[in-house]
Formats: sequence, structure tokens, C-alpha cells
Amino acid sequence: MTIETPRRPAVATPQVGRSMRRVDADDKLRGDARYVGDMSVPRMLHGKVLRSPMAHARIVSIDTAAALAMPGVVAVLTGADLMDIDPYWGHAIKDRPIVAIDRVRFAGEPVAAVAAVDEAAAEAAIREIVVEYEELPVVGTLDEALAPDAPLVQDGPLRPGLFHGLGTLPARDGNICYRYGIDRGPVDEVFASAAIVVEGDYTFPGVYQYAMETHSVIAQWDADGITMWATCQHPFLVRAEIAALFDVPLGKVRVIVPYLGGGFGSKSYTKMEPITVALARKAGRPVKIVNTVAESMVTSRRHGAQIHMRTAADSSGTLLARDVTISFDTGAYADNGPRVTATGGDAAPGPYRWAAVRVDALCVYTNTAPSGSYRAFGASHVQWVGEMQVDEIARRTGLDALEIRRRNLLRPGEQVRPGGKPLDADLIGDIEKVAEALGWHDDKPPDTGRGLSVGLLAAGAHPVSSAVVRLEADGDVIVLVGSTEMGQGQRTAFAQIAAEVLGVEAERVRCIGTDTRFTPYDRSTGASRSTTLAGLAVQRAAQQVRADLLDIAALVWPGREADIELADGSAWCGEDGRTYPELIARRFGLSGGQLIGEGGVYPEGTGSYAEGPVFWEVCIGAAEVTVDRDTGAVTVTRTATVADVGKAINPQLVERQDEGATMQGIGNAMFEEMVFSDGLLLNDDLLEYRIPSTVDLPGRSACVIVENGDGPGPFGAKGCGEGAFAGIIGALATAVADAGVPMHQLPLTPERVWTRIQELQESTR
Amino acid sequence: MRVAPVLNGHVTTIDVEPQELLLDVLRERLDLTGAKRSCDVQVCGTCTVLVDGLPVSSCTYLAVETDGRDVLTIEGLRELPEFEAITDAFGRHAAVQCGFCTPAMALTIHALLASGELTDEEAVRHGLAGNLCRCTGYRAIVDAVGDLAGVPGA
Repeated sequence: MTIETPRRPAVATPQVGRSMRRVDADDKLRGDARYVGDMSVPRMLHGKVLRSPMAHARIVSIDTAAALAMPGVVAVLTGADLMDIDPYWGHAIKDRPIVAIDRVRFAGEPVAAVAAVDEAAAEAAIREIVVEYEELPVVGTLDEALAPDAPLVQDGPLRPGLFHGLGTLPARDGNICYRYGIDRGPVDEVFASAAIVVEGDYTFPGVYQYAMETHSVIAQWDADGITMWATCQHPFLVRAEIAALFDVPLGKVRVIVPYLGGGFGSKSYTKMEPITVALARKAGRPVKIVNTVAESMVTSRRHGAQIHMRTAADSSGTLLARDVTISFDTGAYADNGPRVTATGGDAAPGPYRWAAVRVDALCVYTNTAPSGSYRAFGASHVQWVGEMQVDEIARRTGLDALEIRRRNLLRPGEQVRPGGKPLDADLIGDIEKVAEALGWHDDKPPDTGRGLSVGLLAAGAHPVSSAVVRLEADGDVIVLVGSTEMGQGQRTAFAQIAAEVLGVEAERVRCIGTDTRFTPYDRSTGASRSTTLAGLAVQRAAQQVRADLLDIAALVWPGREADIELADGSAWCGEDGRTYPELIARRFGLSGGQLIGEGGVYPEGTGSYAEGPVFWEVCIGAAEVTVDRDTGAVTVTRTATVADVGKAINPQLVERQDEGATMQGIGNAMFEEMVFSDGLLLNDDLLEYRIPSTVDLPGRSACVIVENGDGPGPFGAKGCGEGAFAGIIGALATAVADAGVPMHQLPLTPERVWTRIQELQESTR
Repeated sequence: MRVAPVLNGHVTTIDVEPQELLLDVLRERLDLTGAKRSCDVQVCGTCTVLVDGLPVSSCTYLAVETDGRDVLTIEGLRELPEFEAITDAFGRHAAVQCGFCTPAMALTIHALLASGELTDEEAVRHGLAGNLCRCTGYRAIVDAVGDLAGVPGA
């Protein structure tokens, strides 16, 4: 180690607020970044899952003898192997067996699994498993599930999971597993006397997140306990669920998360971990399972939803009341459906000043693949509907879309919903910026529509995060934090946050992936929370190290504590400086030792959902489209988003988040849709489920970063990356309506748009 | 069957089954894991490698077909002098997010740059349409490739 004599810089280099190169760019470009699918461990077997071809059936018998006799096969797992444990899991509702027991509830449900010496042997063996099914009536749609006397997808009492987090779990009501409501003010009275009422039914399709890396897990069970290398966004919650399922102490369950090939919510909570662990337990050897795309599509998806909404206004365009019923199709198992339902319920009123609001949001079981989290859930489902109705009121009252929102939007400090955090953003400033970025007032060519949409998303999830920051003897910094790098760039952001506090270059900070044995607890990676909450934990941990450095420096310059500053890797007292390695050597002697700080974030109240959210994520988008009235084809010509982030830790990465969300929003709004028929998924590969490619890029797009310092995170930051998704969906729907084609069903495929144009022509004829 | 591709510049002899896919041989036998598996149906492009300089989806390309041909994977591309410009452009534009599509994207870009086809923005978008990326929304990637090819971005 060389210790150079420092020279005092004129100004310390700011680390937060600069667009530093991603710390993981080279690993990823060079193909050095390892994902779970790239890994293997000694004695590892390969697992394959036999999935149900039936949407709803009783399992009469399973014969595994032929499969077990196949070459290379080591073990076959069925429900019969799980009788020594309580095999049901689910973080919200414990409604799901590790593999089907007696009954399958969706096409694609795991019925058995094989561990073999290679994937081909496992694949061949699952074809030899003979399952006899007895068909049961299928509840394929929300309408079928909510019909009187509908067959029940789940018929037992519901048991709350470890992370239900939404208060007392209500009793199951038919196929309704959770219900969230808002009821404020005299709704019926206001509607009865309102000059304008807009009312309609709307549909949002089920969609697939398509993280390019499919769900993958390696599980090992030995004297050390259970170790998993897993594609999970919430490793500590997975650890807890696995520990509870298999009755193992938390400390003997270890989850290691390398880089993730995308998440977007599809890898939140527990997914393929229970079946992989169960198979490893049966085989007595480590097992790796890597889903195919078809399997991941039925492992997690976005809820389809049906929405009935009415909005009341007076004749001058003042919004008065909104009344919403939303049904979310959560599939055969609840997964994150209850939280999606609550978040959708919170997003449904929109960020407006209402005399009365009523929301009734239902989470409904059907015999389809389970639905969970996907970027901006809840808000993406309902914001476009509310914004279509606001625009319709604007049209009837002669107001511009921008003007009606200016008049009715909540202002900072106003109540968003009864209880919880008041509005913490300047929405009017934000919509003016997005309109300007789009070119709202530019001349509009024929068959062109422009739309903007604004909403709020309850963000942050549960506010529990912790971090450890270590300053090594050579002056490098290591950040340990249990948040998952899935592409969003949090390792880069954490490096910048720690570097800013410690007065070092962010390039000297290394942030490594989660290993629950060593990294401290973090609740989850999702809900736009990492920069805000894990980032705050990193900041606090770094502040402890900073305090430690100042203590040592005070020994160097006794009596001059008030003059000591930290900058560019050294402590300074006037022109006199000591490098951090020198300070560490002063404490520990020789060249060893390290300074360790820890930081945590905890709920200020009880942490209940009602007290939240951590912050309101702003969901704003604007779009311009052209509609070909002969074919129904819609072309997205311009988009704009606002990233209202309080403080941009890395402005370039903020823009990238909005760009990614914009393109996913275009996919969801314009053409992505999982098509089910009697519970069977008809388009289960990328040939038939199209996601956006470079040819779908809008002609022009812009992202405006707004930094009002009003976030609860480090340096006034708050999260981003989800809001634009809901904003863009709403902007596209309102833009197509502005072009003369108000649509009530997404995605806005040419066929649907063309049909609607014909209907509208018929009705005006 | 014994095949002898020129893999990343070195003649490499491999025994393969007739039905074995190039992607499996690269990943499982040669520990070249830069090519990733995702869609399995030649749509996503994340398994892209170059065979005789042209991008192919190794998930649907038989390993036996590589006999006597040049096969370039990311593990080979990163050793070439042209690679640095790609990493510079991608770094500058932050055109990397989760990274799962990135090595394949780099290989496709390497082939496109060599082809001389990237004469305008439209050609960049068209050339990259066989490589999906779910994270970035493509804007930064198109801009980075525009820089590399000397065509202005959108």
C-alpha cells in the first residue's frame, strides 16, 4: 500500500447529482456478469417441473414409476412427499401448495418435479409421469368468478401469510379473497345533483412482465442449512417464507442474489424457490431449475382488471365526485393480489380534490395463472380510466386538458386519501413541464391526438432497510445492502450516496449483491423504494464511518475539531491533510483494520399500510399519436414524462428509468395481452406475445427531471421508474381519445381501434 | 460427431450430438455463458453469436453447423480492439441496465458496424430489431450505436 501525501483540492468533487458511469457497465458488457442460470455448484442436478394441462381438475392419481426408472433420474417430487410439513405458502395469503395436492387450480400449476443429471434427462422423465385428472368446472374470467353460485377456486378458510401487511385479513367471500375500500363524503347525493356525469366500463388485460432472464433457482440442502442462489427481488422475505415452510431457523436459510436479468415485479416475493428446495430435499443433492418463458408466464403476470367508474363535475369543470368499482383477476393463488388491489384502490380517485369518493376494489380468484407485481401496479390499471373521464368532462365544458387539471389537482400538503401521507409533490408544475416537453400547443396535424395523464402511486412499500458501510485500510469503500440490482442501477446510486458522505470518489465504492448471511436486512426491492429507503440506510451507515473518521482526525489535530473537514479521501485541517489510510493506520496500527458503520430505516409509526405511503410517486406522461382511420393502426409520434424525484442522485439513470417505463407502457397500452380461453393461456411464447422492439420507439421522446428536494430519501431524493409507466398508458389512451376514438379496452390494437371507429361512425349516422 | 469451428479465433475440436444446439454447447460444455437463454424461439436475440461474421440465434442453431466456421462470442469480441469503442459508447449513454441482453447486443452491433449498413437512424433501428431489451426502452442503445456509426440519433 502506498500512502501519498495529500494535496488539498480547491473544491470537493460532488458525488451525488453527477451522471457517473454505471459501476456494473463493464461486467455486463463483457459478459462477466453472472446470473443464476450461469452458475453451477458441485454435485448439482437439473430440475424440470411437470405442469398441469388442465385449468381446474382433481388429481385422481400420479404414477412416477416410469419416470424414476429413466436414465439419469435421481428423484421425483410429488405432493405426497410434503406430508411432514405444512406445504402451503404465499406471503399475503397462504393458499398455495409447493406442488399440487389433490387438485390443480390453473393450467401450468406444478404437479410434480424431476431432478436428473442433466436438463434433457429431466425433461424426458417428466413426460413419463402419468397423471389422471378429473375435470372440474373452470372459472376462467372475472365475470364467471363473480357470478352467483360460481364454482370456488379456493374453498377453505384463508390463512394470512407472513407479509400480508394490510391489516386484518377479511374472510373469503366466494371467490373474492381481499377487498379494499374508500368511502368519503355523500357520494350518491353529489352524483344526483351534478350537472355532468361521465360513466363507463373499462378493461385492462393480463400482461407478462418478461424479465428476459426467466425465474431461476439453485437450491442446496446440507448440514449448513438451506442455501439458494435465486432470482429474487426480496431475498429476506424469501428467506423467511422458506424458513417457515421447511421449519428451519432463519439463520440456517441463506439466499444469495447475483445480478438479476430484469425484474419489474415478476421476481418479487417467493416464486420458484419452494419447489426447488423441496426437490433438493428429496434428491439429497443441489438442484437447479431454470424456467422457460412459457413457464415464467404462468409463474407471475400482471392482473387483468375490469373497472366501472363514474365521475361527476359541475358545469364549469370543477370535479365533484368519483365512484369506482375495480375487480382484479389474481388467478388461482393470491400472490401479491391484495396489495395490488389496495394500491389500485388508492390510485383510483386520481390526485384531485373531491367532495366525495367511493372506491370498492376486489381481489378475485379465477382458474388462471397467478398474478403478482408488475411495475406501477394499481396505478397502471386505473389511472388511464380516470384520466379519460377527466378529459371527457373537459370536452363537455370547453376546457383544455391542461386547464381542467390545473383547476382540480391537489396541491402539496393536501390530503390524498383519508389518513396517511398528504401530497408531497408539485403536480401542477409537473404537468406544465410535461406539456411543454411534448409540444402541447404545437399545431396539430389531422388524425393526430395529444393526451396527458397524471396520477399518484403509493410508493416505498414497508419502510425497513439497513446497510453496512466499510472503509477499508486502502481507502476503498464497501457497501453491504440487501437490495437487488436488477438493472435499475442502485449499486451505482448507493456508491454515489456513500461517496458523497465520506468525501471519496464514487468509483472507489463497491456495492456487492445480497447474501442474506452477510448483508443486513432489507425488506424488498420494488415500489420504487431502493434509492429512497435503502439509500437512506446507506447514507446513515456512511455517516457513522464519517463520524469515526472525524474522531480519529481529532486525535491528529487536538483542540481543532471544528476546523476539520473531509474531502477527496482525506481529512483536512487547514492545508494540513491526512489520507484515510493514514487515519485508519493511526487507529489500528500497521496497515490493517477497517471502519464500519451501520444505518437503518424503520417505520415512524406502526408501519401500517394506512399510515403510508413513504412517498407518493408521481405518475405523469404525455403522448402524441396519429390514428390511421382506415386500418385502426395507431402510431406513437411523441412521448414525454416527468421524473419528479426530489433530487436526482444520477440524472442519467433517472432518465433511463423513465425511458424504460415509457417503452413498457407503450407495450402494455398498444399491443401486449395474455389471451386466455377457459383458463388456458393461448399465446405462451414470444412469437405470439410481442414485446416492444427498436421499431416501436416513438419518433421523439423526452424526460424532464424535477428536483424540488421534497423526498424523504437521502439528499431529498424519492424514487422513480414506475410512475412514468402509468403516466404513459394514460397519456396514450387519452391521446387516442383526443384523436376522436375513446377506447374502453386495452391494448389499443388496430382491430379494436378500427372497430370502435366503425361503431362511432354508425352512431353518428 | 466431431466438429472444429474457429471459436473466438482458435480452432476448437468438440464432440457434439447431432441435435445439440450451439447455445447449449457454448454454455454447458465450454462455460461460455455470455450468450444467454431466454425465448428459445429466435425472437429475443439474447443468445446471439456471430457465425462467419453474421448474427445467429444460437438457441436454434445446430452445433454441427459450426464445423469449419468462425464463431465469435462475447468472450472473443471483448478481446478485439474494436470492442473498446462499444463499451465507451454504451457507458457514456448508460445503455446498459440489467445486462442480460447486452453481450448479444454488442455482438450484433459489431456485425452491423462491419457491414456498413448503418447509414442513418432508421437503419440503426432496423438493424437492432432482432435484439430485444426490456429495460432500457432502446433510446440509449440507439443513441450509442448512432455515435459508433457516425449517424446522428433521433
